[in-house]
Amino acid sequence: MPYDILLLVKQVPDTANVTAEAMRDDGTVNRGALPAIFNPEDLNALETALEARDRYGGSITVLTMGPPKAADILRACLYRGVDRAILLTDRRAAASDTLATSYILAQAIKTIGHFDLVFAGRQAIDGDTAQVGPQCAEKLGVTQITYLEELVSLVDRTVRIRRDTGNGWEIVEAELPILATVTSTANRPRPEAVRKMLRFKKARGETELAAEVKAELRDASAEQRNEEVQRRLTTLGEAGLRIEQWDLDTIGADLARCGLSGSPTVVYRVQSIVLTKEGYTEIPATEDGARQLIHELVVDHTLG
Amino acid sequence: MIEVNRQGEVWVFAEQQDGTLQEVVLELCGKARELADRLGVTVGAVLPGTAREELPEQLIAHGVDHVYVVNDPRLEHYQTASYARILSVLIEKHAPQIVLYGATATGRDLAPRVASAMQAGLTADCTDLEIKDVTDRKTKTVHEKLLLQIRPAFGGNIIATIVNYDRWPQMATVREGVMPMLDPDPSRPGQIVEEEVALGPEFFPLKILQRHVEPRTVNLKGARVIVSGGGGVGSKDGFNRIHELAGALGGAVGASRAAVDNEYIDKGHQVGQTGTTVRPALYIAAGISGAVQHRAGMEESAKIIAINNDPDAPIFSVAHYGMVGDLHQLIPMLVKALRDRR
Repeated sequence: MPYDILLLVKQVPDTANVTAEAMRDDGTVNRGALPAIFNPEDLNALETALEARDRYGGSITVLTMGPPKAADILRACLYRGVDRAILLTDRRAAASDTLATSYILAQAIKTIGHFDLVFAGRQAIDGDTAQVGPQCAEKLGVTQITYLEELVSLVDRTVRIRRDTGNGWEIVEAELPILATVTSTANRPRPEAVRKMLRFKKARGETELAAEVKAELRDASAEQRNEEVQRRLTTLGEAGLRIEQWDLDTIGADLARCGLSGSPTVVYRVQSIVLTKEGYTEIPATEDGARQLIHELVVDHTLG
Repeated sequence: MIEVNRQGEVWVFAEQQDGTLQEVVLELCGKARELADRLGVTVGAVLPGTAREELPEQLIAHGVDHVYVVNDPRLEHYQTASYARILSVLIEKHAPQIVLYGATATGRDLAPRVASAMQAGLTADCTDLEIKDVTDRKTKTVHEKLLLQIRPAFGGNIIATIVNYDRWPQMATVREGVMPMLDPDPSRPGQIVEEEVALGPEFFPLKILQRHVEPRTVNLKGARVIVSGGGGVGSKDGFNRIHELAGALGGAVGASRAAVDNEYIDKGHQVGQTGTTVRPALYIAAGISGAVQHRAGMEESAKIIAINNDPDAPIFSVAHYGMVGDLHQLIPMLVKALRDRR
């Protein structure tokens, strides 16, 4: 039987490879300067989804929430064979914590409609919380299976999954629908397929298209540009190259549950940690010395 | 979601596996005790599972006042739905102001499910917790005695302090091994409270077909900050100092071979030729003389601080900063200096 598979992915700053260009003069990390990448474990989730579809049949819809440029990772999904791509982008969703994010994603999934399996990476490298998957599952009222290492079998409506338990593993059986989060040890994500890349590199969402049209038709009126955007969207749609773009209105979201107002947690303070190699300094073994050492670590940007 | 309240207990989720409490649970009991004393409230622990007398006793000896026991043979092995249901029902009933979970695979699976059901906040993988008055910068409202939830974020490039003003309980998962464990006091009084939570078959959607348990290892490789203790720490209790400093810095706990041989800490924490080779951004060696085998495992660290009472200890030869003196006096000073900055 064909399965409706959903995939949740996120574009993240590459926190694992902080390069010299991403450092400010004061030694802190300029997050905006970090390259935006496909969250690594979401690639494992993508591979799990592709393998499941190839083995058991069905189709894959990928959903991401982020700024318009997050369309990059949706194209990366299309290059590997995903069937449908949806970009949820809305400034009102900015500053959402994990609870607000999971509310928005769950609303989007409800808008998509029917699903059998939802896959997501275990956690994103910018926050490392691993909370959005389980919180989405709760909001959808489905069984969650975290830390998937192997989709063992799928027979009719019954799935068997081997999951990492932190100090070993277990094989669990559940009835669909389920939401599973996938770990980095689950598989080796396949590379992008060249033929698909050639075909889908023109895939665009509306905001991206509008920016392109604006750059090309500088002298045109806003109305003319808009007409051109709509014309191109139709053409893309006919060619199967349209990245669907949704906002909070599309999914009927309660705005009080999105963004800052929907987020119970508040970042009260942030300290940067940055490192540079220095010479050996002797610190007096006193309270003042301790303060001096901490101060030194701040001054040389080991602590922020 | 529950209302902000000043009488609510500080709770710990008492995670057990095959009848044994996870070590982090006992670490959390000590921390919960400290937070509860600051707040003038009692400590509670939620223990789902099958009837075992020694577990509630162990929790009480480690600082818990009320152990909420939910006995049901179906709870022997963890699964999300039933455990989340139990936590949600008991939180609604007793309105704790703080709920702490170990940041184990299970804790990180359970806590977000509960947070979503309660529409409450949750901070992942905390390395330090404090109680402090906090002024909301936008509204200028002073929130008294909030839980500061301190955690590394952004790939370890920052330490973030998270608070939760009004959508309670304040919940956090806490990294294993960073909170010092208190010595158990078997004479401590405490109460076992039997709770009943109705659980239909829909709360057991998983069939566990096969289980395999492996011995645990500590994740030193991934740590950006490591605080290691050696033979100079002097005792197992003294090793709590190392945990304290690691917690304040959002780091992991390491050890030299001497500390492991003296059984101050288990072998999974050992840094060096026969242990793990590490190259964190910051490595603090306390009470470690710095035998070549140890240095080989850590000298590539970006920044090294050595604390030792022997000014001729070889560890100073690879250090960027050195403090000559008693680590039991110096570490509290460092922790205080760090906290004063917050």
